Formats: sequence, C-alpha cells, structure tokens
Amino acid sequence: MTESAMVEVRDLRKSFQNGDVDVHALRGVNLDIRRGEFVAVVGPSGSGKSTLFHVVGGLTPPTAGRVTVDGRDLVQMTEAERTQLRKTTVGFVFQKFNLLPTLSVRNNIRMVREIATGERDLNTTILKTLETLGIDKRLDHKPRALSGGEQQRVAIARAIVNQPAILLADEPTGNLDTENSQVVLQVLRDLNERLGQTILMITHDAEAAAFAHRTVKMRDGCIVQ
Amino acid sequence: MPSPMVYRLVFENLVHRKVRTLLTTLAIGLGVTMMLSLVGLSRGMLEDQKQRARGIGADILVLPPGSSAIGLSSAPMTQKLLAFVGSQPHVKLATGSVVYPLGGLKRITGIDYDNFTKMSDGFRFVSGGPFSKPDDIIIDEYYAHQNDLGVGDTIPMLDRDWKVCGVVEPGKLARVIVPIDILQELTGTQERLSIVYAKLDDPSHLASTLDFLKEKLTGYQVYSLEEFTSQFSASSLPELRIFTGVVIGLAVLFGFLLVFLSMHTAILERTREIGILKAVGASPSYIFGILARETAVLAALGTIAGILFSFGTRALIQFFIPASMVQAIVPDWWPIAGAITLAAAWLGVVYPAWKAVRQDTLESLSYD
Repeated sequence: MTESAMVEVRDLRKSFQNGDVDVHALRGVNLDIRRGEFVAVVGPSGSGKSTLFHVVGGLTPPTAGRVTVDGRDLVQMTEAERTQLRKTTVGFVFQKFNLLPTLSVRNNIRMVREIATGERDLNTTILKTLETLGIDKRLDHKPRALSGGEQQRVAIARAIVNQPAILLADEPTGNLDTENSQVVLQVLRDLNERLGQTILMITHDAEAAAFAHRTVKMRDGCIVQ
Repeated sequence: MPSPMVYRLVFENLVHRKVRTLLTTLAIGLGVTMMLSLVGLSRGMLEDQKQRARGIGADILVLPPGSSAIGLSSAPMTQKLLAFVGSQPHVKLATGSVVYPLGGLKRITGIDYDNFTKMSDGFRFVSGGPFSKPDDIIIDEYYAHQNDLGVGDTIPMLDRDWKVCGVVEPGKLARVIVPIDILQELTGTQERLSIVYAKLDDPSHLASTLDFLKEKLTGYQVYSLEEFTSQFSASSLPELRIFTGVVIGLAVLFGFLLVFLSMHTAILERTREIGILKAVGASPSYIFGILARETAVLAALGTIAGILFSFGTRALIQFFIPASMVQAIVPDWWPIAGAITLAAAWLGVVYPAWKAVRQDTLESLSYD
C-alpha cells in the first residue's frame, strides 16, 4: 500500500449468482485513492461501479484480489469485522437516502453516532456541520417531511457524524432535481476541501463527476480509464 | 445496558405502525383473556360452590361411598341415615337433600324446607315465598335473571310444569330448589338421599363427633364443612389441572403463532430499515435487541389488554349466564399470564429476527 493511499484495490474480482447465471461483476479491478482525494467512478449500468462501492464499503465480501481501506484488509475480514468497518471507518450516502423513516432527523444522526461511539449527544462540531449543511432547523422533522435535497443532506450528515476515513456516495444525486443535485455536490466538494474528507462517488452523470478531483471510468467489470 | 436510542426506535416503530401495533396487541390480548378467563372460570365456579355449601349452615356432611363433592348427582343413600345421624350425641339437627342432574351444569335440588330453614337460617326472599303447593319451585336471583323468570312464571322440568313461588338471594345450596318428596317421587329415588347435613349443638364437639361418625359410617364419606369445601379447589381436581394446562398450552401456541406472524410481517416490511441499520454498522445483536424489545412491549401491552378483557368477559358472563357460570378475577395469575405471553412472544420472534439479522445487507437495501 502506498504511503498516502486510503483505498488500495488490487486485481479485485467479484462474482455472484443471479438465478442460474454466474455474474462476474468485477474482473480484476485496480484502483488507488489517496487520503483527502475526491474520486468519481463513472460508467454505464452493469459496468460494476456499484459492486465496487459495495465491496470497498464492506457491504459484501470480494471473491478474489486485495482491498484495503485505511490500512485494513477487507479480504481477510469476517462479517463482524466488516460490521466494525462500516461502523467506524466508512460512511455511506445512498441514492435513495436510506434514512430511518420512524426517526426524526436528529435521531437518525444520533442513532448512527450511538452505534459507533456509544455517545448520543450532538456536540458543537456536529451542530456546526448540520448548520453548514442547512438542516439545523429541520432536526425535529421526520424524513417524510423533508424535500429530497434535504433528505440527502441529512444522509450526508449521518454519514460523516462519526468522522469516517472515507465517505462512499452511490449516485447521491440520482433522485434529485438539478438544483438540489448542485447543492448536494457542492456540499460533498466542501467537505472534501474544508475537512479533507476522502470521497469515492459512484455516478453515471458526467456533470456530477466533474465535482471530483479525478474520474475513473468502468466498463464490463474493469477500469478502462 | 441497552442504549436509549434503541428504546426510542422501538417506541417510534410501534407508534409509526399504529394499526399493526393495535391488532397485535388485541390478538395477544385475546390469548391472555383466554388464559385468565378459563382459570377464572374454574376458580370462580369452585368458589361459588364453596360459598353455597357454606350457606347451608351445616357442620358435618355425609356423602355416599365413592362419590365426589363436585360431581354429586345421584341419591344412593338411604333416608334412614338421616334418623341415625340425627340421633347421635351433639347433633342438634340433621337434614338431607337430593341432587338430580338436568344435563350440562344444570341440577335440581330437593330439600326438606322446614329443616333446611332451621339449619341455614332460611332463604332470603327477594320476591315471593316458600313452597305452598307440590309443584312450587324456588330459584335464585342468578337463575331468574339468566332465564328471565319471576314469581308466578312456569318452568318445565322433569316432564312437569313448576311454578316459581319464590326468588331468593344466591349463595345457599342451589339455584333451583323443589320439595324433596316431590323430587324423590319424580326421579324414582323415594327414601333416598344424595347428601346428609348435620348441625351440632356446639362447634367444640366437631372433632369428636366427626371421628365418631366416621367410625360408625364405614365406607361413607364424612366431612367437616372445611374438609368438604377444601375439595372445591383446582389442586384437588387433577382433571381441572389438566384442563387448565391444555388451555394455557393453547394460549401459548396462539400467542406464539400471532407474534411469529406479526413479527414475520413486520420484519418483511422493514427489510430496508434493517439493511440501513446493518449498513451503518449495527451488529446482529443490536438489531435482535430492537426486535426483542419491540416484542416485549407488544407482549406487555397484550397482557394489559388481556387483563382488561378478562373483566369484560366476567361482566358478560355475569350479565348473560350468571346461573351457569361464575368467573373470578385472578390477579395472582396476571404475572403468570404475562410471563407465559412474553415467553411465547419471544419464541415467536426468534426465527423472524434470526432471519432478519442474517439477511444480506445489499438485498435488504435494494428491497422496496
């Protein structure tokens, strides 16, 4: 692993069964992401970009190859260790926001903090981040009362509340209109620039990818550019 | 120590899905009601019989050989026994009754009115009065209420039309009472009795008189009133214990299936939420803890509902069939029913919860 690499992927392969068919979603992917880097992965549907996101995030184990995140080897990890990785090292932002619908914004964020650290109070730094994200006035609302853009900003707040080593965003603007997409992308860029947050963003939108430092293209389970 | 957020999530889940929470609570409550009502019925009916036996005012009771205090329903003893018991030292008064079954829980009881009145200080008439004609019948208030009867009404029984001559307060001997000689004639039990009651001149002679009669009446069952009423308990009735056990077993199965179905559905509809929790690093035990606590709350709510419903079933029984059934409220069974319900509910949640925590996170997250 290079000295400043946050993520190092070597000859990563991932296969799974889809009915009776063997799907080879990743066919030898190599990728390095440096600390503090904002990388966008683009590619058509079925190119393997979401599978890469899931493997790097510890949501699913790789079939072969080597993946390290913040110095931790995912290939050797047990399910419990991957749970620990998701708790402390990785933050997720999903296309569908994935907020808990029964909890308020405040409690969605508290819940994640409590799972990771056992603390539930939102300290000054967190409250300031919420203010920066423009959701500090919406803390007592349930997700259904928020716009798509607001929900995604809450999801970003939830993802970074435990100061993860890397923020993984899967099509974060996929469910948003142009205006909200711009706001969310700007938030991600600010997090990267002001806090040095390492970000890996999956997108099929070239305009969104332009917010990143670097764009990686995938096709048929391989990185092509 | 579980975190406050877990409880918050449990609370919000229950509040968010009000209809499911309500239906599950009601369904669990029905199982608890089933348990409490049936235990209450067995206890209430035994207690009622006990009270009615006490209302007779006898100190000693003589039953036929091999008979049961609960199932007393024939007249195999000779009436000559009455004279024998009545002539023993310290026996102030002896009287007897004939109990004849009418099917189900119904019985008709024949008494010697004058002697019975002397022994029990008499019936308390709510309306009407004692027998004056051979086809007169006395009923208690419960029987009158249940069958919508009053003084002057006719009751067909044993191929005879009885005329209600009096309605009495409940709590003495029986609900349906006729002159003993008429009942003996109608049922072909002339000169025979179901039970003999004896009243002593001084209660301090109870033990000695009891011993004396036991010695003299070999084969007969001779009891003091306390010994007799102590037989009206579930512990002395193995059949009742088995029956209660079966009912509780059914309630447990009922509760288990309900919670299983409810939580299975709940977990299915919350697949995505479970995926979210797993994605943010919640461990299997954390998720299991949420589901187990949610189940515990449902079981507790169901138990409370069941307890309240048991008051309702008692009120309904008291209103519609007070003469046939008496349901007691059984507070000592509330914690037992709660514990059984909780155990059944947890049993019901184990598989759905196990399935939930083993669910693939990606599959869960893509669930709509």
